Amino acid sequence: MGKKKLKLDSNTYLLLITIILFIVMYAAGVVVFHDKGFGRIQVFLNLFISNAGLIVVAAGMTIIMITGGIDISVGSVVALVCMLLAWMMENKGMGAIPALLIVLVIGLIFGVAQGFLVAYLKIQPFIVTLAGMFFARGMTAIISQDMISIKNEMFLSWANAKIYLPFGGTVNKKGMMLYPYVYPSVIIAILILAAVFIMLKYTKFGRSIYAVGGNEQSALLMGLNVRRIKLKAYILNGFLCAVGGFLFCLNTSAGFVEQAKGFEMEAIASAVIGGTLLTGGVGNVIGSLFGVLIKGTIETFITFQGTLSSWWTKITIAALLAFFIILQSLFAKANSKKNA
Amino acid sequence: MTKIKKITSYGLFLPILCLILVLLINVIKTPTFFEVSIKNGVLYGYIIDVINRASELVILAVGMTLVVASSGGTDISVGAVMSVAAAICCFVLAAGEQTINAYQNPYILGIIIALVIGVVCGCWNGFLVAKMKIQPMVATLILFTAGRGIAQLITKGQITYIRVENYKLLGGNIPGIPLPTTIFVVVIVVVLANLILKKTALGLYIQSVGINSKASRVVGLKSSRIIFLTYAFCGLCAGIAGLMASSRIYSADANNIGLNMELDAILAVALGGNSLSGGKFSILGSVIGAYTIQALTTTLYAMSVSADQLPVYKAIVVVIIVSLQSKEFNKMVRGLKAKLKDGKEREKVA
Repeated sequence: MGKKKLKLDSNTYLLLITIILFIVMYAAGVVVFHDKGFGRIQVFLNLFISNAGLIVVAAGMTIIMITGGIDISVGSVVALVCMLLAWMMENKGMGAIPALLIVLVIGLIFGVAQGFLVAYLKIQPFIVTLAGMFFARGMTAIISQDMISIKNEMFLSWANAKIYLPFGGTVNKKGMMLYPYVYPSVIIAILILAAVFIMLKYTKFGRSIYAVGGNEQSALLMGLNVRRIKLKAYILNGFLCAVGGFLFCLNTSAGFVEQAKGFEMEAIASAVIGGTLLTGGVGNVIGSLFGVLIKGTIETFITFQGTLSSWWTKITIAALLAFFIILQSLFAKANSKKNA
Repeated sequence: MTKIKKITSYGLFLPILCLILVLLINVIKTPTFFEVSIKNGVLYGYIIDVINRASELVILAVGMTLVVASSGGTDISVGAVMSVAAAICCFVLAAGEQTINAYQNPYILGIIIALVIGVVCGCWNGFLVAKMKIQPMVATLILFTAGRGIAQLITKGQITYIRVENYKLLGGNIPGIPLPTTIFVVVIVVVLANLILKKTALGLYIQSVGINSKASRVVGLKSSRIIFLTYAFCGLCAGIAGLMASSRIYSADANNIGLNMELDAILAVALGGNSLSGGKFSILGSVIGAYTIQALTTTLYAMSVSADQLPVYKAIVVVIIVSLQSKEFNKMVRGLKAKLKDGKEREKVA
C-alpha cells in the first residue's frame, strides 16, 4: 500500500461483504450446476433482464432510506403503472409514448403527495406510504379487476428488441453461433442506476440527502432546507417507481391487480443487504444493485435445482437479511465503542 | 365553551368520534344496521358481524399498542406469525396429514404448541430489537419475509384441513351460547391486559421506556427487558389471532391467513390516538380503532365495494385522520386562521 492508506470504514466493509457474497454464490452456482450451463453469460444477463424494474425501484428506495424514511408503496405503484399502461393502450387506444408520459407524470404526482405529507406535515413515512400503498393497489382494482394483456405493437417491439453482445457467443446443437443478448429495459435500468450513483456522489443535492439523513438537526443548522430536500427525494423516488413500473411492465406485458405483490419488501431487502441503513445517512445504490443480484441468484439456483419449492426463496432471503442486519448492528456497536 | 374544550381534549375523543361517524353513515345507508335477530339460538345482524369479524384485529391491536408504546416502532411480522401459528397447530393436529376427520393429537396440544411458537417468534423480534438495538421495522422485516415461507414449509405448500366439528368452535359458536366465541376471547384478552397494565406498575414502565429508554435505565428500569416482553406478548397475541383465523376456515392456509393484518393493526393503533413514536398509550383507543376499521370495511362491503377496491377508501380515511393528528397541520391551520382574522380586522379599520 502506498502513502495514501486505503480508508476502510464499516460501511465499505459491508459493501465489500455483499459483493464477495454475490461472487461466492455465483461461483458456487457455476460449479454445482456446471452441466446445466450456469456458467453461460446469458444466465448472468438474465439476472438483469428479469430484475430490471427492481434495480430501478431499489435505487429509489435507497435514496428514501438515506433520508431516513421508507417507502412501502412501491409495489402497489408498480402495479398501478402496469395497469394504467395496459388500460390506456388497450382499452383507450392510446399510443405507447403518450401512455408512458402520462404514467411518468402520475409517478411524479404520487411522489409530490407523499413527499408533502412526510416533509411538510411531518407524518411518519411508514404511515404515509402505507396509505399510498392502499391507495395505489385499490386504484389498480378500480381501473380493472381483470387482467389486461398488452398487444400494442410499438410497446411489444420495445419489450422484445434483443440487443446482442458482440462477444461470448456459444455454438448450439445445429451449429449456429448464438450471442448473448439483453433487452432495452436492462440498458435503461443501468443508465438510471449510473445517473443516480453520480447524483448521490457528486451533486450538491445528493450530498445534502446524506446530510439530512445523517442528522436532521445538524443539516438544519448548516442552513439546508431540510423540508425541500426531503420533498425532492420523494418526488425523485416517485419518478423512479414509475420508470421501474414501466420496465417491469416490459417484462410482463400485462396489467393485473395482484401484480408486483411484495415488491416493496424485495426492494427494502435489496437495499439493506447492500449496506443501506434504515436509520438514514448511509447507503449506496451499487450495494442495492448487488442486493438485487443476490436475490436473482437465489431464484436462479432454485430454478436450476428444479426440485426446491418457491418458498425457499423467501426463507433464504430472510436468512440473508437477518445475517446482514445483525452484522450491521455489530459494526455499529463496535463503532460506538471506538468513539467513546 | 369550556365544557366542549374539556370533551375535545379527552384522549379518546377523536377515536370515538370516528367510530360514531362510521356507525351513523351505516344507520343512514342501511336502517336495519342495529337490528339483531335470533336464528337457531344464535344472534345475527350487521353489528354482531362487525364485532365478530374484528376479533383478530382487536387482539393484534392490543399487542401492537404495547410494542409501539415501548419501542416507538411497529411489528410488521404479526400477519406472518399468525399464519405460522395456524400452520403449526394444524400440522400437530393432523400429524402431517393433509386432510383429517379426527384429531391425531390432542386438541389442547395443538393450541399450546401454536401459542408457544407465537411467543418464540415474538421473542426473536424482541431479541433483535431490545438486545441487538435494531430498528423495529427492519428487525420484524425478517420474519415478515420468512414467516409465510416457513408456514408453507410446514404445510408442504398445501392447505391442511381439519374436518372435526369442535375445531370450528373457536371461530364459530359454542352450542347454547348465542354470541360468537371470538367475542369472549377478545374480552378475556383485553380485560387481562388492562388489569396487568393498570394494577401493576408494568403499564407505567412501558410508558416511561417508550418516552425515554435511556433515562428509564438510569432510573433503574431494565429497558431492554421491558421492550423484549412487549414483543413476546405481541407474538402471543398473533398466535391467538392465528388460531382464531384458522378455526374460522377449519384449515391452515399459509398464503392467506393474516394477510395484510399487520397494516390494519398498525392503523388501529394510529386511529386509537396513540402516537406511533412511542410513549403514552391507550389500549382502549386501539380497541376502538380496530372496531372502527372493521365497521368501515363492513360498511363498504354493504355499499357493494369489492374487496380489492376497498384499500382506496381506507387510504383516504388514514390520510385524513393522521393529518388531523399532525401538529404541523394544526400549526398551518392556525396560521391560516390568524391571517383571515387579520384580514377581517383590516377590513374593519378600512
